[in-house]
Amino acid sequence: MKIDFTHRQFAHCESGVTANLLNHHGLPCSEALAFGIGGGLFFAYVPFIKINYLPLTTCRIAPGHIFKKATRRLGIEVKKQQFSNPATAEAELDRLLATGRPVGAQTGVFWLPFFPPAYRFHFNGHNLVVFGKEADDYLISDPIFEETVRCPAVDLRKARFAKGALAPKGKLYYIEKMPERFDLPQAIKAGIRDVCRTMLHVPLPLIGVRGIRLLARQLANWPGKLGEQQTLLRLGHIIRMQEEIGTGGGGFRFIYAAFLQEAAELLENDQLIGLSQRCTEVGDLWREFALIAARVCKGRVAISDSFDELAQLLRQCAAEEEILFKQLQAAIGKQ
Amino acid sequence: MKKANVPQQGGLNAGCREVSYAVDSDGHYTLEPSDGWEVKNIALRQAWAAIADQLRVVIGEIEAGVKSTLAYYMVRQQMDPQLLSEYAGIARWRVKRHLKPAVFARLDAVALHPYAELFGISVAQLRQLPELPLLPLAEFTPIEGEQP
Repeated sequence: MKIDFTHRQFAHCESGVTANLLNHHGLPCSEALAFGIGGGLFFAYVPFIKINYLPLTTCRIAPGHIFKKATRRLGIEVKKQQFSNPATAEAELDRLLATGRPVGAQTGVFWLPFFPPAYRFHFNGHNLVVFGKEADDYLISDPIFEETVRCPAVDLRKARFAKGALAPKGKLYYIEKMPERFDLPQAIKAGIRDVCRTMLHVPLPLIGVRGIRLLARQLANWPGKLGEQQTLLRLGHIIRMQEEIGTGGGGFRFIYAAFLQEAAELLENDQLIGLSQRCTEVGDLWREFALIAARVCKGRVAISDSFDELAQLLRQCAAEEEILFKQLQAAIGKQ
Repeated sequence: MKKANVPQQGGLNAGCREVSYAVDSDGHYTLEPSDGWEVKNIALRQAWAAIADQLRVVIGEIEAGVKSTLAYYMVRQQMDPQLLSEYAGIARWRVKRHLKPAVFARLDAVALHPYAELFGISVAQLRQLPELPLLPLAEFTPIEGEQP
């Protein structure tokens, strides 16, 4: 059985899944738009939560939020299910496919055989769409791949029941009912307000612009405190969180700039064009940070010479983002 | 990022191209295919080199009789006792005991079955180190004489 599903390749898994599902249900939607309405942009640096023994650093909100928030803001009814029993979870997936619905699933990439081997880490926040089943293979639209892929049922079962941080517990989600009409401008504004709030006003020093500044402060101390090897591992970890597959580059800042460009047109608000350019510049700054960090990791420049520069770049990112989101907030208004 | 600056430096992506967001000459955002960026390759190689280092250490410990061969397969699958415990459905304190060679040697096939099934190998294989302890990236295979 195979549902007629249009696969489009995108940069990020969850916003790509959201865009492709919305498209399937009759709302033409780009990935950037889904990402922006879902309020995907974020920053958090949480030194006391460790991922593979390295401090949690993220440039996007937690897995699941983009789909949830984007659909809620568009007034779309969705269903989400989690399971304790893998057999039940598989039966439910088959049942949903039989009713003709493409289904979103959260998976752990470690168990997905179609992933390039070099990317198979224990990361459980990966999203994809299942749109059919032929013999013992599921047909999968994974937005970060050029084409649709096949995945043996045993492997998908393992991936859906991956363990550890962010364990998906077989999570499935799908669109139940689309509204008669959409209030796209309101949804866009709500998404932008949400991001401005998390980046500027969360009263925790770990989150948003303050989180970037915290990282800058702590990073400057790493070489003296942790020794060379651990310092380089931490730097490499930041590069991966910021630039790896699924970010669109520059820690999601480029996707967001693309969203602002689209929003400028949809809201007929010319201020957003300038802010989109600003957001691109911030993304370029993050790229520069990654570039210098990679040189340090490679041993091309000495740690002692470059850490001040790296911390300075982060502070510059924080300063630029603070201006960007304040202006964005002003441009959108409160209503 | 300008469209012309989207890096095409080849990657560790086994031929899967990803897309990047970039601005074209008219200032419009487009999705541009990218076949890799050396910056990301450096970070990715570093992550695998760290796993390869762990593997080297654990192989040394197994050969010195400090750890059981289960430790090798655990590290090879990028797991720690906590994660292995969740996957195998065996309490963490027991997993930790099974990492001791003396305890491990006494375990029968039934006790080892959950581990073997999880790693996709036979119980006999689980009881010894493989001849070539391979990692997905051939360049990090911890063989003798290789320098990290």
